[in-house]
Amino acid sequence: MAEIVTEVGMPVTFGARSHPAALEWMARRAEAFVIPLAALVVGMALFSLFILAVGKSPVQLYETMWRGGFGSWFSMQNSLSRAAPLLLAALCVALPARLGLVVIGGEGAIVLGGVAAAAAGTALDGVPSFIVILVMGVAGMAAGGIWIGAVGALRHYRAVNETISSLLMAYIAIALMNQLVEGPLRDPASLNKPSTQPLADIYRIGDMPGMEVHWGLAVGVVACVVSWVLIEKTRWGFAARIAGGNVRAAQVQGLAVGSLIVGFTGLAGGFAGLAGMLEVAAVQGSANASLAAGYGYTGILVAFLARHNPLAIIPVAFLLGGIDASGGLIQRRMDLPDATVLVLQGMLFIVILFSETFYGRFKAFNPDLWQRSN
Amino acid sequence: MDASGIGLWGVPLAILGGAIRVSTPFIFVSLGEAITERSGRINLGLEGTLVFGAMAAYAVAVITGSPWLGLVAAAFAGLCFGLFHGWICKFARVNDIAIGIALMQFGSGLAFFFGKPFIQPSAPDLPAIPLGAWSDIPQVQAALDVNVLFLIGAALAVFLWWAFRNTRAGLIVRVVGDSSDAARAMGLNPNTVRLIATGVGGALAGIGGAYLSLYYPGSWTERISSGQGLMAVALVIFARWNPLGCFAAALLFGGAGALGPALQSVGVTQGYYLFYAAPYILTLVIMIATSSPSRSLAGAPGELSITK
Repeated sequence: MAEIVTEVGMPVTFGARSHPAALEWMARRAEAFVIPLAALVVGMALFSLFILAVGKSPVQLYETMWRGGFGSWFSMQNSLSRAAPLLLAALCVALPARLGLVVIGGEGAIVLGGVAAAAAGTALDGVPSFIVILVMGVAGMAAGGIWIGAVGALRHYRAVNETISSLLMAYIAIALMNQLVEGPLRDPASLNKPSTQPLADIYRIGDMPGMEVHWGLAVGVVACVVSWVLIEKTRWGFAARIAGGNVRAAQVQGLAVGSLIVGFTGLAGGFAGLAGMLEVAAVQGSANASLAAGYGYTGILVAFLARHNPLAIIPVAFLLGGIDASGGLIQRRMDLPDATVLVLQGMLFIVILFSETFYGRFKAFNPDLWQRSN
Repeated sequence: MDASGIGLWGVPLAILGGAIRVSTPFIFVSLGEAITERSGRINLGLEGTLVFGAMAAYAVAVITGSPWLGLVAAAFAGLCFGLFHGWICKFARVNDIAIGIALMQFGSGLAFFFGKPFIQPSAPDLPAIPLGAWSDIPQVQAALDVNVLFLIGAALAVFLWWAFRNTRAGLIVRVVGDSSDAARAMGLNPNTVRLIATGVGGALAGIGGAYLSLYYPGSWTERISSGQGLMAVALVIFARWNPLGCFAAALLFGGAGALGPALQSVGVTQGYYLFYAAPYILTLVIMIATSSPSRSLAGAPGELSITK
C-alpha cells in the first residue's frame, strides 16, 4: 500500500500559535459559506438593477418573490414540492463533478426515468402496490443510470466530451419520449396531450403527513445525505476525489478509474431517473411531455450554487424551488414575462462562477497568513 | 412536369435544399466557435447567443422594417455576449465551460424576457437568390432558393481558412491557442487575443441567430433553437478546427436536420420524432468515432481545456 502524503508544505510552526484552534477551524470553514452568500447577494443586487432598468420596482419584485415562494405555509409547500425533483437533478451534476466531469444532461435521465416508471407501472397492473412502486423506482433509476452512465463510459473509454454528449443525449431522450408517448405507449384516451396510460390510484405516491408535499421530498433529502456520506466518508468517495483531482495520479495509485467514473455517473443518472419516476408517480400520474419541465437545467444551477456539496444542495434546492414557484405570481402581479425568473437564475449562475476567483484571496479565511504577519 | 411527378426524387432534393437552408446557422456558429477555440478557449454559451441573436434581429426588424438592421443588431448583441465571456474567463479559476453553460441559460432567459412582445408581429425576411430559376420544377426551385447569408458564410469559410494560414492575425490567434507561454514570450497578451477571438465568435453566432428568425424558419418563437449552437461546438471538434471542414460538416448536419421534414413531405410519418433526433444522433456518433482516449486530436489547440 502506497503512502499517501497529505498537507504538503503546511507552514505551521507549532508553539507560535496565538489563536485558539476553534477560531482557526471556523475561519477556514467560513470561506465556504461567506463567499457563496456574498455572491448570492451581489447577484440579487445586479438583478435589482436589471429590474430598475426595465422600469419596475425591485422592492416589489422581491416582496412578491417572498410571498410567492416562502411567505406562507401554502407557498412554502409549493416551493418544497418543486425542490424535490431539483434535489435529485442537482445530484446528477454534483456527483460527476467530484470526478471532474461536467454533466449537464440530467433532463434526459429525468424524462427517460419517468417513461420507464410509467411503462413498468402500467405493465404490472394488479400487483400489490408496494411492489409496483418499488419496481417503478428501480426502472426509473435504471433508465436514468444507463443513460448518464453511458455518458461516463464514453468519456472514459472513448474520451468523448461529457458536457456536450450529455446534452445531446438529453435531446435524444426527449425525442425518444415523444416517440414512445405518441406511439407504442400512448393511451388512446389522451387526445390533446399524448400520455401513457394513467397509473391506478393505488400506485400513486401521496403526500407526507401533515402537509401537501409528496414523499419525493423525503426521498430527495435522503439521496443527498447518502451522496454526502458516499463522497466524504467512504473509500469510493475518497478515490473519486483523487481521480477528480488528477486522473494519472489515481491510476498510478492503482485505482479503477473507469469503474469509478461509470459508477458515479450511473448513480447520478439513477437519481435523475428517480426524479422522473417521482414526477410520474406523485405529480403527473402518467408520462407525457410535462416531464421535460426544465428541472434538469435548474438542477445544474443548484449544483453549482451548492459547489457540488450534496448537503448544501438541500437548502439551495429549496431556495431555487421557491424562486421557481414565485414565477407565476411575479408574472401576474407585476406584468413581467415568465422568463423573469430565468434571467435571475442566469445572473446568479454567472456571479457564483465568478466568485470562484475569490477563494484563497482573503486573509481572514486563512489562519496560516495570520501567523506569518506577526 | 407535374409537381408530384418527381415522386421519391423529392426526398434527396428536399434534403439538398434543406441542407442549404438548415446549415446556414451551423456555418456561422461553427466558424465563430472555430476562431474562439483556435485561441484556446471554448464558448458553450453560443447556444444562448444564437437565441438572443434571433430575438434581437427579429425585434429590430419589426421595429425598423429593415432585416439588415436586424442582422447588425444580432451581430452586435453576439459581440457583447462574446466579449463578456472573454472578459470573465481571464480571472483565475473561472472555468470557461461552466461560464458557457451559465451564458447558455442567461442568453435564452434574456431573449425570452425581451422577446415576449415580438412573438405575434411579423418581420420582413432576409432576401434569397433564386438560383433554381432555370428549372420549371417547383421542388428544384424551392431547393435552390439560396439565402445571401449562405453564400456569405461559404465565402467566410474560405477566407478564414486562408487567413489562419497566411495572415499575421491568424498566426497570432494560433500561437495564443497553442501555448500561452510562447505567446507571452512573443510579447502577446493571451487574454486580449482571446477576448477579441471570443467577441468575434459571438458576433458570428449572433448572425446565425438572425438567419433563424429572419429567414428559416423565419419567425421568432421560444423554441427557435434546439441545440444548434451546441451542435455547432461539437462540429468544430469534428472539423478539426479547420474552417473549410466546418463548412462541409455544417452541410452534413443541415442535411440530417432536413431528413425528418423531407420524409414527412412524401408521406412517411412513422418515427417522425426519431428522424427529428437525427442531427443529435449524428453528432454523437461522429464524436464517438473521432475521439480517442490514447492520442490527442490532430490539430487541436494546445491550450483548449476540452481536449486536454
